Amino acid sequence: MIDTSVFQLVCFYAFAAVTVAAALGVITLRNTVHAVLSLVLTFFSTACIWLLAEAEFLAIALIVVYVGAVMVLFLFVVMMLDIKQENVREGFIKYLPVGIVVALVMLGEMLALIGVRSMHQAVMGADPAAAAGMSNTEWLGHALYTQFLLPFEIAALILTVGVVAAVVLTLRQRTGVRHQQAAQQVRVNARDRVRVVKMAAEVPAAPLSAPGKETTP
Amino acid sequence: MPNLNDILILLPELYLVVAACLLLLLDAFMKAEQRPLLHWLSIAVLLVGVYLVVEGQPSQAVTAFNGMFVRDGVAEILKVFALVSTALVFVYAKPYLIDRKLFLGEFYTLTIFAVIGIMVLVSAGNLITVYLGLELLTLSSYALVALNRDSRLSSEAAIKYFVLGALASGMLLYGMSMVYGATGTLSLAQLHGAALQTTMPHLLVFGLIFMIVGIGFKLGAAPFHMWIPDVYQGSPTAVTIFIGSAPKLAAFGMAYRLLDSGLGELSQHWQLMLACLAVLSLAIGNLVAIVQTNLKRLLAYSTISHMGYLLLGLVNAGPEGYAAALFYAISYALMGTAAFGIILALARAGFECEEIDDLKGLNQRSPWAAFLMMLVMFSLAGVPPLFGFFAKLLVLQAAVHAGFMWLAIVGAVFAIIGLYYYLRVVKVMYFDKPVEGTEIRLQSDVSVRLVLSLNVLALLVLGLSWGPLFGWCQRVFVG
Repeated sequence: MIDTSVFQLVCFYAFAAVTVAAALGVITLRNTVHAVLSLVLTFFSTACIWLLAEAEFLAIALIVVYVGAVMVLFLFVVMMLDIKQENVREGFIKYLPVGIVVALVMLGEMLALIGVRSMHQAVMGADPAAAAGMSNTEWLGHALYTQFLLPFEIAALILTVGVVAAVVLTLRQRTGVRHQQAAQQVRVNARDRVRVVKMAAEVPAAPLSAPGKETTP
Repeated sequence: MPNLNDILILLPELYLVVAACLLLLLDAFMKAEQRPLLHWLSIAVLLVGVYLVVEGQPSQAVTAFNGMFVRDGVAEILKVFALVSTALVFVYAKPYLIDRKLFLGEFYTLTIFAVIGIMVLVSAGNLITVYLGLELLTLSSYALVALNRDSRLSSEAAIKYFVLGALASGMLLYGMSMVYGATGTLSLAQLHGAALQTTMPHLLVFGLIFMIVGIGFKLGAAPFHMWIPDVYQGSPTAVTIFIGSAPKLAAFGMAYRLLDSGLGELSQHWQLMLACLAVLSLAIGNLVAIVQTNLKRLLAYSTISHMGYLLLGLVNAGPEGYAAALFYAISYALMGTAAFGIILALARAGFECEEIDDLKGLNQRSPWAAFLMMLVMFSLAGVPPLFGFFAKLLVLQAAVHAGFMWLAIVGAVFAIIGLYYYLRVVKVMYFDKPVEGTEIRLQSDVSVRLVLSLNVLALLVLGLSWGPLFGWCQRVFVG
């Protein structure tokens, strides 16, 4: 039977070492896809450390938002950057070993976490959320909307600036662009499109001169 | 929970947020030819902001939102001058923006958001508020620098500014997290007491070093000055003038909040660090400025040296030094707006007036502009009896009183070296012959001419009677 606190300490150091190693990988690996996978591992290990500290909401948010959405988007962008049709399948095989390594490390971390959890012990000091009889998420919400209301609102303001900046830097109002106007297309009548004109049949005039010397009107 | 009192303390900031959002909406529904209305409205918004700051000022320092926000005399004076200098920026920028098809409503709203960031930053009572105020200011600035998106120089400046700014923010955050780890508190007021009782003094000092790196980046003090010349040169002059004025006040406010309100008990550690930054800034700023041919780059290096002088005041680490540094920051904000204001007023469509040679023979073409520019250059150089002279004198005095005699001597020597490149500009204007076939004159916009003249003459008037303003600066640090 191993001492539970020692096991937690070992887990913490293992997660921290993986985080640092993966973060180093992000900036040193030459292959961009490997770098992105390394970044996924960094986020995942950070989330594991947060879970050790019983900050469940933050850990899950990090995984759902960053690993789940942002990093997958990154991966798409990186893979799309210089795409050649015949290389896609080859790329899948090439990146598979690194992907498997990342996945195995993640699996190991998850198993370690489950091990820590099964020992039922507070990890890093007293948890104020538990002391107040609230769940971690509830506690976070309370803190954000009472004690940290002002910073929360300033962060909202920063996001507004981000939106304004993104619009002003990318929106281009081009003039003279031809758009389809669906409403007008639907409302059109056959009369507007085809006009039947009655006119007398014309007799073709005899050529005045030899071909090639014609004078156009 | 926040109550009505908290809201009242935050009234100027809340008012500006609402006003900025309304301006944003107004701009979206406005025709392009009505945009001058937005210009005047923005200036009015800032001036009403000054009124709200001064009018609602409590007699003693008060805090709001659990100590996140502090409203005291230091915050008041910094906010007043940040709002006034931004209003000046708006006045000077209009003709320039119209000439370059950059007359966008977003210029005004982003600048106002940046000013809100400044106001939050100088009123911060918590490390989180410091960081968020700073981010609000810098994010708006990045977008403003990139505003002229078709210009390669402008995009390059924005990328450099963004990358280095992000690095600086990261450094600052590392420092803050270490300080939090050593003391267990984010509140600056509690930090002040906890700093001496910590069981991990080395971690605390380590955090302090990182925070000073962050402050150095934001001030633009050497060796963290790399972004300043490129950003000043690359951004549209209408944006340079903003970056060169109000954010300097914010940087002083940030340094004061972090170093005095937060880690004032560690002053024997940071005094020497700031002294090193000051010497490097004075040396690099003044020496590299000598070889510059671009006026905006010259003023950028001049900024670096001025931040060195500002640090001389902070090195004192007492009320006298803070008052001198605050006085210096205010004088620099007014001088910076005036100097770039003249460049803006001389520029016109297709002509930036960026090179020093563009000013050749300005006296024969436009004597009034040359006279104004001469006053500004003398004030920046520190020639008596102009504003800049007394600002320099006071920071040197503060350094001497703190026992940094050698630092004051270095400052004085570099002030004399700096005189050379300011005088070179004056020489070019007065003694060189104008280049044939060129034309240079002041903008015909009456408001620009009037406000610019008043701004420059204020440098003379404040130089002749600097007592009241310095008295205000001293009062806020005593109470």
